[in-house]
Amino acid sequence: MNDSELSSKPLMLVIDDEPQIRRLLTLTLGSNGYRVDCAERGHEGLVLAAQQPPALVLLDLGLPDIPGIEVLRRLREWSATPVIILTAMDAEAEKIVALDSGADDYVTKPFNTGELLARLRVALRRSTPSSELPVIRSGAVVVDLATRRVTLQGREVTLTATEYSLLRLFLLNPGKVLTHRYILREVWGTAAETKTHYLRVYIARLREKLEANPKLPPLFRTESGVGYRLADSPQ
Amino acid sequence: MTDSDRPNPDSLLAALQRGEAASRRGRLKVFLGMSPGVGKTFAMLEAARRERASGRDVVIGYVETHGRKETDALTDGLPVVPRRPVEHRGVALSEFDLDAVLKRRAQLTLVDELAHTNAPGSRHPKRYQDVEELLSAGLDVFTTLNVQHVESRAEIVREVTGSSVHETVPDSVLDNAEIELVDLPPGELLQRLHEGKVYLPERATAAAQSFFREGNLTALRELALRLAAEHVGEDTRHFRAAHAIANVWKTGQRLLVALSPSPLSAPMARWTRRLADNLQAPWMAVYVDTGRPLSEADQTGLQRNLDLARDLGAEVIATSDQDIVSAVLRVARQHNVSQIVVGKPTGIRALDLFRGGSVLDRLIRESGNIDVHCVRAAADGVKFRAEPWRWAQRSTPQQYLGALTVVASITLLNFLLRPWTGSYAVSLLYLLSVVLLALFVGRGPTLLAATVSALLWDYFFLEPLRTFYITSLPDALMFGMFFVVALVMGQLTARLRSQQSAEREREERATALYLLTRELADRKDLPELLSVVVRHLGAVFAAEVAVLLSDPANREPLVVYPFGTLGLSDKEFSVAVWSHQNARPAGQGTDTLPSATALYLPLTTPAGCLGVVGLRFRCGNPPPLAQRNLLDNFVQQIAVVLDRQRLRDAEQAAKLTAESERLGKTLINSISHELRTPLAAITSATSAMQEAGGLAPVHVSLTLEIQEATARLNRLVRNLLDVARLESGHLKPQMDWCDPVDLCQMVARGSASAFEGRSLTVRAPTGLPLFRGDFVLLEQALFNLLINAATHTPAGTPVELTARVVDREILFAVADRGPGISDMDQKRVFDRFYRAATARPGGTGLGLSIVKGFVEANGGRVDVANRPDGGAIFTIRLPLSDVPKLPEETTP
Repeated sequence: MNDSELSSKPLMLVIDDEPQIRRLLTLTLGSNGYRVDCAERGHEGLVLAAQQPPALVLLDLGLPDIPGIEVLRRLREWSATPVIILTAMDAEAEKIVALDSGADDYVTKPFNTGELLARLRVALRRSTPSSELPVIRSGAVVVDLATRRVTLQGREVTLTATEYSLLRLFLLNPGKVLTHRYILREVWGTAAETKTHYLRVYIARLREKLEANPKLPPLFRTESGVGYRLADSPQ
Repeated sequence: MTDSDRPNPDSLLAALQRGEAASRRGRLKVFLGMSPGVGKTFAMLEAARRERASGRDVVIGYVETHGRKETDALTDGLPVVPRRPVEHRGVALSEFDLDAVLKRRAQLTLVDELAHTNAPGSRHPKRYQDVEELLSAGLDVFTTLNVQHVESRAEIVREVTGSSVHETVPDSVLDNAEIELVDLPPGELLQRLHEGKVYLPERATAAAQSFFREGNLTALRELALRLAAEHVGEDTRHFRAAHAIANVWKTGQRLLVALSPSPLSAPMARWTRRLADNLQAPWMAVYVDTGRPLSEADQTGLQRNLDLARDLGAEVIATSDQDIVSAVLRVARQHNVSQIVVGKPTGIRALDLFRGGSVLDRLIRESGNIDVHCVRAAADGVKFRAEPWRWAQRSTPQQYLGALTVVASITLLNFLLRPWTGSYAVSLLYLLSVVLLALFVGRGPTLLAATVSALLWDYFFLEPLRTFYITSLPDALMFGMFFVVALVMGQLTARLRSQQSAEREREERATALYLLTRELADRKDLPELLSVVVRHLGAVFAAEVAVLLSDPANREPLVVYPFGTLGLSDKEFSVAVWSHQNARPAGQGTDTLPSATALYLPLTTPAGCLGVVGLRFRCGNPPPLAQRNLLDNFVQQIAVVLDRQRLRDAEQAAKLTAESERLGKTLINSISHELRTPLAAITSATSAMQEAGGLAPVHVSLTLEIQEATARLNRLVRNLLDVARLESGHLKPQMDWCDPVDLCQMVARGSASAFEGRSLTVRAPTGLPLFRGDFVLLEQALFNLLINAATHTPAGTPVELTARVVDREILFAVADRGPGISDMDQKRVFDRFYRAATARPGGTGLGLSIVKGFVEANGGRVDVANRPDGGAIFTIRLPLSDVPKLPEETTP
């Protein structure tokens, strides 16, 4: 840490075996106010992450030496640094495993730079703990955790106990993909992990109650085959 | 409930198996009568009409009405399977057509005269075997039978009526049958006979006159009644076993009868069967091979006796041992036999003293807690000449001549030696020569040499010389002792030799089997195995060999191994097929199709019949018993090895499939990676340029062009990979509950960029039920349909995406206002790489084939139609199932 002026910029660690992707990410991230470290292999990435703890890790799952998922697991043994997975389009199973192993988000190749930067910002913001406000907002929805009052554009919305705990789970993880299994376990308990139909029905109900204006972008986003994500709208 | 009342698990199991076997096998009902003319056929037809009235499918397989009007009338309306015309020695006969009846598969078939002997050339020699085959095929049969034709009663009938019965039916056929007795008092039968109501063949009238006497008929009636009654008793016993009623019969009895090639053994087998019936006991027949070779006639006789025992329901065991008594007792102890049946001895008692007591004496003394029945072996009218001298037949004249030559030379030698040794020493030389002879020649020449040398010694060397007189007591003693010692030594040596040769034969058999097993174990693939099988069977049994294997992938029941040494005609092939389908031996020397030129043995394993081995013996006759046992062992061993080979092959195939699946997956993954990485770089770079801002408007448009091209390329890559997944068969949908509303909105949002400047209306009302499917695959399918609509319809025309429920199915429809699709194209539009002739440029012809593949993988179907008011409509239909209930909840 000899470069104190640069250390104010967040450090990104890119672990990807494709030199072109590494170069591009270095360029785009660098021009958007981040420092970038690159690693070609999993072991190398883990060493770098230990030497200079990054603010965020961009991890490709197909690495030549050890599987990306293994890198993630080893990293999670000692670090809570946010991790975004770079993955192929039709690898839902892979995405679920990565998310369940502690990844914060994933970006599907080929990815749009704007989208990637937005995901980065969300993940970074989540990793800096905000003061424990009793009130959470997401777009037009305001939830007062102390009184369990939910309002949409100022009008109070009545929710059942399950609907409320589902909404609360989303609000506590804004912008993060929650896998089906995770949501079911958190809201209905371990026994309900496979009962996806609960989730489908309750998400539909919440949407009905809270996505009143179809012109607006949806609040609860479906991540096909993986889970749901609460739309992240900067407050 | 005491312990003894409790149902024995074994007997319950047996009852279950009986029930199971009965449910698989057809049921046999026998209309039993005491003699011809009591109305069995009439009763059978009446019963058949009742079955038909209750709705069963009844056919006449073979019914002989002898032109009787009342009986003829009963056959009216019952369908008849035409008989098979047969010509035998210029006489046209008609026989029951087994194959036609098997093909017809009626629930119930009527087959008259169970004891009938089929015309030569039929599949089975006897009609009851045809019936057995029908039963095995699961078809029910009604049949008729006279009591005199029942195997175990044939002996008594002959004793009662004096006429012998040639056509008999084994008792085992009746064991699982229902018996209905057709009874008529003898007086009434005689009345009907006088009135000419009983059909009798012309030539048999005289014999019939003596047969149909009141005394005979009464005895036959009693036999029939008793048979029916005993059968009822057996049914009751099975019932008791199944219902756990304490058994009142003596249990644990098991009978054993010792059989020989002698014709006297046949009545003994029948006698044992009757005793076994009365005791409700299982029984077995044992043949002891003492190593003494059997003549041709004896071989046949033995086979006939063993077959008879088998037909009578015995378990037949062949064992080999020098000593009959110890062999019989060993088998008896091994099988927990409680009673042994033997024939009364007929031989000369004095001879037994040499053998350490007669067989019977020893059996009784050594049998311990086993009862021994000694039954009258000689049936009246059967003369059996014992053949005590038969062993002599084995030796050739040359051997006798050789023996005499040896004795003559010894005599000459003795003349030379006598002056120095005296007359007693020369006797030892004679003795030595007899013993040595016995080592090389059979019993006959040995005995001859012993006798001749005793006489020569007496004549030439004992005082008075040149006479057979013996004057002194020591000389008399010496002569007597010489004679006895020569005989005994000769006998002992000869026995040793025959024992050795039997031992050698057994060893040869064991070695042959060992060699086969060892060679089979070395072979790695099927063709090699089969070549070993053909070579060994051919060499050991001096036969031409064919191997036929069943192949589940082939439509033919059996595939002939092409390198067998036996070529099969169509007829022989059909014998092999029969053997395979019934898992029983067929062809030469068996009950089935004995006219075939080869013997066919099934290769049975617990998993089923693998195929058939066919052997045509060079000597033209089926092999003798010992060889046949060896052959059975061979075939069993071959079946085991082939079975193992099949399992090994199946395992290999499974491994190969798994490996190719893995390879395919790896290939798809690496191609996907290689194609997508550059795409990712392009997308990332162009979007970064836009993000950075500060581009001239023309550059902004250019980057947009690049982005659109990349998106299209990306879709193409995705389609190609989807096709590869479908093609490889590795597509495994992740079925889960899906929300149709969510699905429609996701697809609409994902394809929004393709619909810029036109309207895409989504009609998916809330309240649609959840359905099971793979969300990702269906999203891709609907996406492809929307892209297809966007590509192939004029710009600006609207497209609708609708979800609705019709008849327990959920429908997703993509409707456009384009030119529609011609009838011909509608059929082919889902084919891979098919592009309609009128299609606009663009597209690869893959998108819709992927839709079809994905929808079908989800258990649904997709179709296309033209809308009545213009445009095409693609509809995906997926089955709906009941959504499980959600936990109840109330609003707080």
